[in-house]
Amino acid sequence: MSKKQQISRSVSAVKKQTFPQKLWRYRVLIMMCLPAIVFFFLFSYMPMPGIWIAFVKFNYRDGIFGSKFIGLDNFKFLYTSGKLFQLTRNTILYNLAFVLLGNLLAVFIAILLNELRSRLFKKVSQTVMFLPYFISQVLVGILVFNLLNYDTGFVNGLLSSLGLERWQPYSDPNVWPVLLIIIYLWQQTGYNSVVYFAAIMGIDAEMMEAAKVDGANGFQRIRYILLPSLKPTIVILLLFALGGIVKGNFGLFYNIVGTNSLLFGTTDIIETYVYRAIMTEFNFSTASAVGLYQSLIGFVIVVTVNFIVKKIEPDYSLF
Amino acid sequence: MAEKRSITYEKGSTVRIGTSDKVIRGFGYVFVTLYAICCIIPFLIIISTSFTSESTIRLEGVQIIPKDFSVQAYTMVLKGGAIFKSYILTITLTAVGTFLGLSIIAMTGYALQRKDFPFRNVISFYIYFTSLFSAGLAPYYLMMTQTYGLQDSYLAVLLPLMMSPWLIILMKNFIKAIPHEITESGKIDGAGDLRVFISLILPMVKPALATIGLFLALGYWNEWYQSSLFLSSKVDVKPLQYTLYEIVNKNDALRNSVAGQYVNLTDIPTESVKMANAVLATGPIIMLYPFVQKYFVSGLTVGAVKG
Repeated sequence: MSKKQQISRSVSAVKKQTFPQKLWRYRVLIMMCLPAIVFFFLFSYMPMPGIWIAFVKFNYRDGIFGSKFIGLDNFKFLYTSGKLFQLTRNTILYNLAFVLLGNLLAVFIAILLNELRSRLFKKVSQTVMFLPYFISQVLVGILVFNLLNYDTGFVNGLLSSLGLERWQPYSDPNVWPVLLIIIYLWQQTGYNSVVYFAAIMGIDAEMMEAAKVDGANGFQRIRYILLPSLKPTIVILLLFALGGIVKGNFGLFYNIVGTNSLLFGTTDIIETYVYRAIMTEFNFSTASAVGLYQSLIGFVIVVTVNFIVKKIEPDYSLF
Repeated sequence: MAEKRSITYEKGSTVRIGTSDKVIRGFGYVFVTLYAICCIIPFLIIISTSFTSESTIRLEGVQIIPKDFSVQAYTMVLKGGAIFKSYILTITLTAVGTFLGLSIIAMTGYALQRKDFPFRNVISFYIYFTSLFSAGLAPYYLMMTQTYGLQDSYLAVLLPLMMSPWLIILMKNFIKAIPHEITESGKIDGAGDLRVFISLILPMVKPALATIGLFLALGYWNEWYQSSLFLSSKVDVKPLQYTLYEIVNKNDALRNSVAGQYVNLTDIPTESVKMANAVLATGPIIMLYPFVQKYFVSGLTVGAVKG
C-alpha cells in the first residue's frame, strides 16, 4: 500500500469517529496544547470583555460593568479634540517610514554583503550590525541621550569643538521624525538584512553563474537576477509589515521621548498616549477607547492585507 | 546549499572579474564598514563615559576615547550592591521563564503540526487570533491588577513573556520539516505521543530550541515594560533593565544604586554611575551573543523562508 493511501485511510478512519472518541484518542496531543490554550485564555481572551470600559465613565468603586454607560462619548471627545487624528497620523506615518526605509536599507545591505568575498569581513560585520538588535529599548534611550543632549552630548561636543553653535534637539519637535527613523533603522536593519541575506542564499547559484558566464556584469546580475528573485520575499514581508502599521515600537518612543511634552506634537503615537492615559492620568476609559480604535483598525488592515496576499501568492497567506 | 554555492563561486571568480564587479565590491566594503562603525560608536561612547570622571564629563562632554581614566563609578555601583540583587532576579526570571516557555512552545508546536490531529486547525486559529485582535492595554492592566491581583508580583513579569503566537508558529514550522514517518515509526514501535515527542522529535530540533530559547531569553533579559506597568515603588528589587530605567530617570533610584555611601546627590558622579549601570546591565547578554549568533541566524533563516 502506498503512503498516500495509508494516510487517507487513517484520515477517513478519524472522520468516522465521534467527537468524544476523538477527544479520547488524541488526549495526549490535547494535553500537550493545554498549557498554551490556558495561557492565551488567561492573558489574551480574558481581557476582551473589558473592552466594555471604552463605553462607560469608569470609576474603580463600581468596576468596569458597574460604571455609568455613556455610549460613544469617550470616542467623541477624542475625535472632536483632534487627538485621534494626530495620533493616527503620527502612528501611521512613522510606521510607513520604518517599514519602507527599513526594508530598502536591509535589501541594499544584504545585496552588498552577498557581493563581498572575505568570509571574515562578512562574519565580523554581521556580528557588529546585529549588536543594536540585542539591547533593550532602555539602553537605546540612554545611547540616544548621550549622543544628543545639550550639556554633555557627543554631537554637541563635536559641534562646539568645530566652533559651531550647540544643538538642542530635546526642545525641538521638528527634528524628531528624522531622528526617530534613523534610530529605528540603526536598531533593526542588522536583523532585517540577515533575513534578506538568507533569502539571497536561497537563490539558485547556478542561475547567477550562468549569467556570469554569459557576460552579465555585477549591476546587471543584481538588476535582472537578484532583485527579481527577491521580489516575492520583499513583497510578502512588506505586506505583512503593513498589516501591523498601527501598532508596535512603544519602547522606542517611550524611552527616547518619555514625558517630554515639548515633543509630543510630532512624536506621540497611539501606544504612548494610551500608556500615559493609564499610568499617569488613570483615565482608563479614554485609554480603552483609543486602544479599541487601534485594535479594530489593525484587524481590518491585517484581514485586507491577507486577502491581497492570498490573491498574489496563496502559499504565503496567513489564514 | 551554502557549501555548494561557495564552491561554484570560487570557480566563477577565476574566470574573470569585470570592472563593475570591482566597483560594487569596493563600494560594498566601504559602505558596510561605515555602517558597522555607526552601529558600534554609541556603545563605545557609553563604555568610555563610564570610565570618565564626573568633572571631565561636565567640562568636555562625553567622548569615544576617555580623556582620563577612572573606575570610581564601578567601585561605587559594585559597593552599593543593589545591582547584584537585580542580577539574581533577572537571571532567575530568564532561566525559569525560558525553560517553561520553551517546553510549552515545543509541545504545542509538535501537536499543531501533526497532520492526523483533528483539532489542529481550531487550536491554531485560537492561538493566532490573539495576534490579530487584542483587548488593548487598559482592560489588560485592570485584569492583571484587579482580577488576578498581580500588582507588585514578579509573576506579572514572568508569565506574560512566556510565549507568543509568532514563536509557536515558528516552532511549528521547524518541526514540520521533520518527516511524518519518524512519528509513525515511533508509534509502530509502541511509543505514545509524549514519548515520540521527547525521545525522537526533541533531539532533532535542537537548532529550533536554541533559536526560540534565545528569543525568549532576550525578551526576559531586556524586559522593562511589564515591570513598569506592574512593579511599583513598594517592590525593592526590580529586573535589571527596569532598574536601569529608574536610575536614569529618577534621582531616588540613582542614589539607591550606590546605597548610602553618599547622602547628597551632588556628591555622586551621576553621569558615569548611570553609564556604569548601563554597561553592567547589558554586558552579559552581549558577551553571550557571539556564541549563540550561529543558531540565531540559522533560526531566522528558517523563520523567514518558511514563515
